[in-house]
Amino acid sequence: MTERSATILPLELENVRWQVSAQAPFRLDGLSLQLALGSRTVLLGPNGAGKTLTLRVAHGLLEPTEGTVRWKGPGGPAAALQQAMVFQRPVLLRRSVTANLSYALALRGISAEARQTRLAHALEGAGLTHLAARSARTLSVGQQQRVALARAWALEPQVLFLDEPTASLDPGAAQAVESTIQSIASGGTKIVMTTHDLGQARRLADDIVFLQAGRVTEHTPAAEFFESPRSAEARAFLKGDLFW
Amino acid sequence: MAELSEAFATALRLLVTLDRDLVEIALLSLRVSLLAVLLAAGVGLPLGAALASTRFPGRNALTTVLNALMGLPPVVVGLAIYLLLSRSGPLGELNLLFTPTAMVVAQFVLITPIVAALSRDTFESLWDEYGDQLRSLGASRPRALTTLVFEGRAALSVAILAGLGRAIAEVGAVQIVGGNIAHSTRVMTTAIALETSRGDLPLALGLGILLVALSIFLNGAAYGMRQWLEPTHD
Amino acid sequence: MVLASHAPSASLAADPADVLRLASTTSTRDSGLFEAILPSFREATGIRVEVVAVGTGRALDLGRRGDADAVLVHAPAAELAFIEEGAGIDRRPVMYNRFLLVGPAADPAEVRSTAEPGAALRAIAADEAPFASRGDDSGTHKRERDLWKNAGVEPVGPWYRETGSGMGATLNTAAELPAYTLVDSGTWLAFSNRRELEAVLDGPEALHNPYAVIRVNPARHPHVAAKAALAFSDWLLSENGRAAISAHRVGGEQLFFPLPEEALVP
Repeated sequence: MTERSATILPLELENVRWQVSAQAPFRLDGLSLQLALGSRTVLLGPNGAGKTLTLRVAHGLLEPTEGTVRWKGPGGPAAALQQAMVFQRPVLLRRSVTANLSYALALRGISAEARQTRLAHALEGAGLTHLAARSARTLSVGQQQRVALARAWALEPQVLFLDEPTASLDPGAAQAVESTIQSIASGGTKIVMTTHDLGQARRLADDIVFLQAGRVTEHTPAAEFFESPRSAEARAFLKGDLFW
Repeated sequence: MAELSEAFATALRLLVTLDRDLVEIALLSLRVSLLAVLLAAGVGLPLGAALASTRFPGRNALTTVLNALMGLPPVVVGLAIYLLLSRSGPLGELNLLFTPTAMVVAQFVLITPIVAALSRDTFESLWDEYGDQLRSLGASRPRALTTLVFEGRAALSVAILAGLGRAIAEVGAVQIVGGNIAHSTRVMTTAIALETSRGDLPLALGLGILLVALSIFLNGAAYGMRQWLEPTHD
Repeated sequence: MVLASHAPSASLAADPADVLRLASTTSTRDSGLFEAILPSFREATGIRVEVVAVGTGRALDLGRRGDADAVLVHAPAAELAFIEEGAGIDRRPVMYNRFLLVGPAADPAEVRSTAEPGAALRAIAADEAPFASRGDDSGTHKRERDLWKNAGVEPVGPWYRETGSGMGATLNTAAELPAYTLVDSGTWLAFSNRRELEAVLDGPEALHNPYAVIRVNPARHPHVAAKAALAFSDWLLSENGRAAISAHRVGGEQLFFPLPEEALVP
């Protein structure tokens, strides 16, 4: 693994509010959150709570209407280079698996030689080496999602955001994806993930961020959250009483 | 219909003997319209991409206007360009009236909205699909849009072919700014209009058949080129 | 294929002084006159003539704007106005051809029994027989309006159709309907889509159609090819020019008649 740049964690979101346009309701409404190095963070919450929005604001795809998003260090483009994101549906280009990874690495200015090493390593880690020459869009959804993960992995990000990465997958594919996420995490990358799947949350999370109506209600270590959640809403949610 | 069979016979004869006049006007039609569509793509594609991926006040209004401009009447465009290029007009000094260059200009004005509006539509879908991921990967907007041009090349080439089809088939604009001068600015469509007004309907129809055949050939060539460049399909 | 003259294609990089842009009418073009006489002119002077054939009104407008170097039209009143406003100089009557009335072979208005256009048009109006007019302010159309005026008839009604288009298109319409129409002899002789149309009145002097060449005023438009325009005017009235004009025949018939020397007015 190549040498990492200075860490950009922890990430601080302070009193973030977001509306799609003036007059629209605030979908994030005073959200404060700190994401620290070294743990796998999973965001939970009912539909409409703002889980996806939180990820997108944190990653810089959206500007907060109010409030701040602060990485450690200079922030800005330098911080962006240390992050990657995988979406619910894999977004791949109409080219080979290898070319997809190359494209991303070239965007980051990685030299051609280093590109080869990194992508081979990432493909191997994701168990995709035998598919390297295949046209990416002809693979199954599960395989495509693993390609998206491998692509993110090859970038060696400090932080990997994942928005419901297995929601579109069958259990077998979901398992392969979870296994790859574990591998990436064990390499030192901070995982920030949303999911609807409580079982998945139990399997993967080190800490849980529970969201409701655009705010963080709880942020606790996973074991604690699942054993004895602090808020009534969280309890209802875990029991399945809250509508998705 | 007797005229129809005579027309086919005429068309065949002209084609097989490679009639000199036919070759001349067909080549001019191709030169003018291909150049016009090339320029239209150079302006229309970036314009469509920018419109699809940027939010600004009045975007919807501009998109509506652009879509409406697809229906610009060729004869109106011809008239406007004529008034610009006339010796008594603002650009008279350029001495472009009644030349193939003027025809290219008129067709460029005519088809750029088509290329822009249709490509905007394609880019909008592409941007919805890819935009977030490309930005996440660190692509600047121009870089991302360039990638999307490549990704969306099938749909975008349809937009360009639509523009080409419009150009090679129109007569109003090239008639007014070109003047249908023999051996100079006469193209397939103005020749067809000429023969029709002369009452030589089989010849006019025969030329029309050849024009349609030319259009089919162009589209076939474009399709073949795409297949050759990228045989696998998603 | 009679798409264009078979003169060898000139290089587009030719010296501009060797090119004359002539604005003329569609009926003149359709008569085949230019294919007949321009090669001789080119041989004699080395000047290539680019003909832009449009309606009379537009041809004069091209001259007015300096988009042509000379005009050759057949609308005396409009020509004189053109000179008076200073747009053109040196108007020279060159030749004439004939207008004729054509109509359905059945001739419902019995035009064949008349001897001059006034009587013919009165008969058509009385019978409300379909009549196709160019309606486009061309030389032919102006002539047609004058004839109705001289006949003392206002042509109004569903039987009087203004096509707003060129001679060929109007003839196509007349052949379709069928209808009467006024057409110049040149276009008529070259027209192949006649169906049941026939000439019903041809010959009276009232139907003569005089052509004149006018040079666009170089004082107003210094860029025009003034020398080439002068060469063209001179040649048209020269012996060679007049011979070339007379030699043009369609279906064995002479179309244009150079004006006799005595009739030429400076």
